Parts: sequence; structure tokens; C-alpha cells
Amino acid sequence: MTAELIQATLETLQMVVASTVLSAIVGLPVGVLLVLSARGGLRPAPVLNRILGLIVNLGRSLPFIILMIAVIPFTRLLVGTTIGSAAAIVPLTIGAIPFLARLVESAVSDVDPGLVEAAQAMGARTGQIVGKVLLPESRPALVRALTVTFVTLIGYSAMAGAVGGGGLGDLAIRYGYQLFQTNVMVVTVVLLVVVVQVFQLLGDRIARRLDRR
Amino acid sequence: MIETIALRKEYSADGRQTTALDGVDLSVAAGEVYGVLGASGAGKSTLLRCVNLLERPTSGTVRVAGEELTALGPADLRAARRRIGMIFQHFNLLSSRTVAGNVALPLEISGTGTRRERSARVAELLEYVGLGDKAEAYPATLSGGQRQRVAIARALADHPRVLLSDEATSALDADTTRSILALLRRLAGELGLTILLITHELDVVREVCDSAAVLAAGRLVESGTVADLLARPDSVLAAQAFAPVAADPAAAYGGRVVRVAFTGQADGQAAVGELARRYELDVRLLAGTVQTIAGQPVGRLDLALDGPADRIDAGLAWLADHGLAVLPDDAWAEVAV
Ligand SMILES: Nc1ncnc2c1ncn2[C@@H]1O[C@H](COP(=O)(O)OP(=O)(O)O)[C@@H](O)[C@H]1O
Ligand SMILES: [Mg+2]
Repeated sequence: MTAELIQATLETLQMVVASTVLSAIVGLPVGVLLVLSARGGLRPAPVLNRILGLIVNLGRSLPFIILMIAVIPFTRLLVGTTIGSAAAIVPLTIGAIPFLARLVESAVSDVDPGLVEAAQAMGARTGQIVGKVLLPESRPALVRALTVTFVTLIGYSAMAGAVGGGGLGDLAIRYGYQLFQTNVMVVTVVLLVVVVQVFQLLGDRIARRLDRR
Repeated sequence: MIETIALRKEYSADGRQTTALDGVDLSVAAGEVYGVLGASGAGKSTLLRCVNLLERPTSGTVRVAGEELTALGPADLRAARRRIGMIFQHFNLLSSRTVAGNVALPLEISGTGTRRERSARVAELLEYVGLGDKAEAYPATLSGGQRQRVAIARALADHPRVLLSDEATSALDADTTRSILALLRRLAGELGLTILLITHELDVVREVCDSAAVLAAGRLVESGTVADLLARPDSVLAAQAFAPVAADPAAAYGGRVVRVAFTGQADGQAAVGELARRYELDVRLLAGTVQTIAGQPVGRLDLALDGPADRIDAGLAWLADHGLAVLPDDAWAEVAV
């Protein structure tokens, strides 16, 4: 049983870490793009902004359980199967991208416009303003955004586990629900809480260390 | 060095149109410290931001160092901006970078030098502004005056010919203001920098500026050297420097109340004594100020004259002939600056 619990915890971590990283790869640029293309932004593009915003809102309003089922064909195409933690990464990532993009948007647009202006006065290109001003200045807020995404994904991953995604959620359903082993259920819940706590504390600590204001 | 021609800037927000600049012709000579004085909302920041085109003017021309900025494409404009430093009221330093990192930023942006050359330049600049020991500190740990020094070092990093200053001392206390102004003065003297600064404080203009202009409701109402403006009896700058003794002096003191202006070559007090004797007038001195401006005395005397009207008129004409300007009545109205 202990081996199984360790195995399931590792699977959960693997799913959540992988989908957090993957969603950051897409969500970060999307969030920045939302800020740049906004009215009064550095590169105003109303149409692009409207479309991106719409897609993000759509993704945000879709319940995860529906999204998971809706992307099954895409998952099969990408991973070859719809069972297991590798397959669960696909819906988890897709679900997290719009969530993270909004958090990134809010973090980046909180940067003091005076700093952007100072960089413009130095003759900075838009890319330099993003790389040298917007991202570094919002780093603490970005770390907090990633932490929130990670924690949310742990909850989602348990849901994915329930439909064959592996990990702690899967274990809890199989032993706790189907085999009435309440103690396994309790242990998995405790493990989930511990994982959330550890990563939340870690994220908070990193964010605080990066914050020089 | 800096020239704006017929500069206009209109903002339209929620259907309402604001004219922030209404045809501004400004001319700043090389090596000069030029102040634009104006009340809040007069358009000062807009004017300054139009000089490096952070704000695109609605119409008009901006020329800096002979280059017509308003005609440049994006890449050329970025290159031109690197030759124009800018400092701000709230310093606008990156909180995520150390002092040295902040000063290095313009060099990174322009891709100047190797990492080693950049850090040598940064050390030299920090030494110059008196913060050699603060290189590794973060801006949050510095005082306001220190932060503005960092911002000045940063603005100088790429060897600009021109420095723009948007209320750079307005967030600082009196002593710190004085030391920052002294530093700006030094930059003009030692580096030959042309400085255009905007402020709502007359003292700033009086302390560091060679020339000045007064901006009100988007128009330049006067411009010239600070010494000339303060000496000129009808200037807005002088009206502010020498505040009137009473809102309606004639009612307060009786008789004919006049304000007399004089500069270095004329001797105000002696002339007033002569006026009383020669025209047999009863002259009372209500108030008097003499200030040293650009090394020469500039004075104002508020006088109440009693006597026959024709002798008063003759007396005032005599004063004017002897280098003392008698202010027209409307110059008494307090001019909002
Ligand atoms: N971005 C803007 N949008 C709309 N109106 C503006 C904007 N910036 C400035 N204004 C208006 O232009 C006028 C001049 O503003 P500003 O140049 O900031 O004045 P000052 O710096 O002298 O206080 C004000 O009436 C202000 O409300
Ligand atoms: Mg202003």
C-alpha cells in the first residue's frame, strides 16, 4: 500500500509540474500579449485583443470535467491514449492556460507605467521593455500566479484521476470509494493537503525573496 | 538645441476635447538650463513629453540637436531618444534592479560596450553623482534624493546632449531639492549638457535656470533669460517673485499707489527721494524688495503718492526717464502661475 501511495503521489506531482510548466510556456506569452495589445498598451491591437480575450474567457468558463471529455480526441491524437497521467497532462494544461494567462495579464499590467515610460525614453524596443522591465518588475506577482495555478491544478488532477488519469485522485476513488477503504481515502487527502501546503509555502517564499520594493 | 514650432497637442477622452498645448514655440540654446514654469494642468508635462515624442504632438515640429524628431521613423526615433536623457518626479527606477543595474539599463538597451565596459561606465557615473558606495543597493533602500541621483546617473549613461526633467525636485524636501539643483547646474557646466526642466516652483527657476518661459493654459505667455524676465516690470515671473502687498492697494492705502521696478544700474531709493523733493509729492513707501538675480540687484518698490494729479503724472514720467519702470495697473492683478 505504501508503495502505491508513493507511486500515486509521484504521478500527481509529475502531472501537475508538467502541466504547470507547459501552461506557463503558453500562458505567459498570452498574458503579455493581452497587456501589449490592450487599448493604450504598447502595441494596441483591438481585434487581436478582443479575440484573445474571448478565447481566454471561454476556456475559463468551461467546467474542467467537461473540458476533459471535450479534449479526448485531441488527447488521443497527441499522446496515443486517454488513460494515465501522461494523457491527463493534456486537459490539465489546456485548462490552466487561460487561467494563468489572466493572472499574468493582471501581474504585468500592475507594473508602474512610469517605468515603461522611462524605458521608452531610453529608446527601448517593445521586446526590450517586456524583457527588461515588464517581466522582471512583475516577477514576484508572476511567481504567485504560478503558485496559484499549481495549487489549482492539484485539485484538477484529482478530478482527472477519477477518470483514469492516475495519481492520488485515482487512488482515492479506487480504494476509498469503490473498495470502501476509508483510511486510504483519508491518507490521500492528507497527502494532497501536504503537497498543496509545501508548494504554497515555497511559492510565497520565492515571491517574497524576489520582491525588492 | 531644442526647438518646438507651433506645437499643438489635443487629447480627446470620452468625447471631450482638451487642448493641452496650443501652439508652443520654444527655443533652447545649447548648454543652457531652461525652465518652463506653470501651474498644475498648464501643459508642462505634455510639452516635455512631446520633446522626446513620448507623446505624439497633434501638429507642429520638434527639433533636437538639429534633427527633426517629428519626421523620424520608429528606429531613428529610438536612436534619437538615446541621445536625450530624462528624469522624473517619482524617479521611475526599476525596483527589481540594483542601483548599478538601473544605471546600466540604457547601455543594455542601446547595446553599448561589453559587460565590463558598461560596469566601468556605471561605476564612473555613480562616483560622479556621489553614490559610489551604493552600487549594489536596491532603490527601495535609498532616500528620495539618492534615488534621484541614481536616476540622473542613469539618464547620463549614454552620453546624452540633452536632459529633460519633469518636476525632478517636486517630491523632495528643500535641502535635497537644493542639492539636486546644484547637481543639475554642475551637469550643465561640466558636461555642457542642455537641460530643459519643467516645474511649478519659481524658486527652481530662480536657482538654476539661465532662461525660462511661463506656460499657462497650453500657451507660452513669456520667455527670455531669467534675469531679463525678473527685471522686466510687466513679466509674470516678476509678478510672482514680488508678490503684491495687498489685493487692492489703492483702497488699502489711499492716494495713487504705484509699483516701481528697477534693476542694477538704477538706484531705486535715491530716485524715490528725488521724486518727493522735485515734484513736492507726499511719498510713502508701502513695501520694497531687492533681490539679487543673476548677480545684479532687481527691486520693486510699492509707493503711495499723494499730491495733484498732474504732478504725480510728471513725477512718474521722470522716474521712467531715469531707468525705473512704473508698472501698468493691470500688472497688479495677481497672475496665477
Ligand atoms: N493622457 C491624457 N489624456 C487626456 N488628457 C490629458 C492627458 N495628459 C494630460 N491631459 C490634460 O492635458 C492638460 C495638461 O496636462 P499636463 O501636461 O499633465 O499638465 P502639467 O504637467 O502642467 O500639470 C491637463 O488638462 C490634463 O488633464
Ligand atoms: Mg506635470
